[in-house]
Amino acid sequence: MTDHTTEDSPLSDGRSRLPGMDRTLLAIGTRKGLWLARSDDGRATWQVDGPHFPMQAVYAVAVDTRGDRPRVLVGADSPHWGPSVFRSDDLGASWQETEQGALHFPEDTGATLTRVWQLAPGRPEEPDVVWAGAEPSTVWRSEDRGETFELMRGLWDHPDRPSWQPGFGGMAVHTVLPDPRESDRVLVAMSAGGVYTTHDGGASWTSSNHGLEAYFMADRYPAFGQCVHKVARDADDPSRLYLQNHGGVEGCEQPGVYRSDDGGATWEPHAKGLPETTFGFAVVAHPSRGGTAWLFPLVADGERWPHGGHAAVYRTTDAAESWHECSTGLPDGLYAAVLRDALSADDADPAGLYLGTRSGSVYASRDEGESWSEVVRDLPDVLVVRAATVG
Amino acid sequence: MAVEVQLPGALREHAGGERSLTVEGAATVGDVFDRLGSSHPALARRIRDEQGALRRHVNVYLGDNDVRDGDGLATAVHDGDVLLVLPSIAGG
Repeated sequence: MTDHTTEDSPLSDGRSRLPGMDRTLLAIGTRKGLWLARSDDGRATWQVDGPHFPMQAVYAVAVDTRGDRPRVLVGADSPHWGPSVFRSDDLGASWQETEQGALHFPEDTGATLTRVWQLAPGRPEEPDVVWAGAEPSTVWRSEDRGETFELMRGLWDHPDRPSWQPGFGGMAVHTVLPDPRESDRVLVAMSAGGVYTTHDGGASWTSSNHGLEAYFMADRYPAFGQCVHKVARDADDPSRLYLQNHGGVEGCEQPGVYRSDDGGATWEPHAKGLPETTFGFAVVAHPSRGGTAWLFPLVADGERWPHGGHAAVYRTTDAAESWHECSTGLPDGLYAAVLRDALSADDADPAGLYLGTRSGSVYASRDEGESWSEVVRDLPDVLVVRAATVG
Repeated sequence: MAVEVQLPGALREHAGGERSLTVEGAATVGDVFDRLGSSHPALARRIRDEQGALRRHVNVYLGDNDVRDGDGLATAVHDGDVLLVLPSIAGG
């Protein structure tokens, strides 16, 4: 089904779009393609179309609203034909790609791109800058809104590289967080290498994992090597970060959820109110309000589903001092995980929150996680969800 | 000296919708794809990675012979040869 409303068309049930009813685009990347959901009634209902890029795994999506027109960026990869980055400037009606490939390893590296894991628009003051995290573990920077990317050699040549290990899903940079205060500062996270930061625009990188447990290593608190699953930056205080680690299970000394107040230099566990075990993949910060973030805890690395099959998002409003369950409208009997990029927030107020499961269902909340409703089901394994106000 | 490259359905959109392309002046299979890289870069990079290696789950046949069973990309090509590009079943 291909069905998307245009700027001047009525809502799908014949109503006219009222003033103040923003359009929201929700992009859903799965193991077998991209689906796009659109809402013109304040996120009450959704029209879903897809698949775009059928049978390609879509690990990375960004909805970049900084320019005159929103640009949707998609990192997709085919098991046969390899990876590519696609872009749309018309909300998915058409797609373009850079002929030579937006990301390609220089010949002297001897490396080949496996896939793009993350596409992250840069600071608002630099509307043409887009960052990418990829597999093998690399960071890339674009200055043309994602049409071409340059490899950050400082991380490619890092002396720690030979010691990095793949996580279950691969060895990749899955998180790229530009610092809104300074264009030269970026924090990234990789599995399994941990957190790295740059203060010189990517020329050099330093591991930044003090306090993070790696329970699968002989040295439980190494300088690097942790399997960090996701990091999110606080909206008010950019030095404050929330982190979901591969941890918080039997045999661990620490929970799996941490906070840093110094830009990632040090990390402390913050799991009060969370379930007994605090494994998981995703962590999301509120787009505009400090101290608010969300998680989707799973039982363990050996049981990758929510506790008792009871799907629940946990929210903090006090900067991870405490967490509280929000599960109204989420299913019981869910024995599937929510992956690191399959929980995200839009840019509206109140913030919308979106969750995709490995069992192919997507849920949305219009009240910052308090209550949820199903957007679509029976999709392939959901890898990433991203949403933004686009009109 | 012309070699015909026959393409699977999944790649035809990157060849202007054509089922096959003709490449002139190539001496080896690798040359053929180098020339495609100039004329049809989005197609060529779906057959070979950025280091020039055939993608793992892409098979190329010269006649009935998988080039990997011979000289690979160094396999010589001659006027009138037909290269068949196919997705490997191992890729899904």
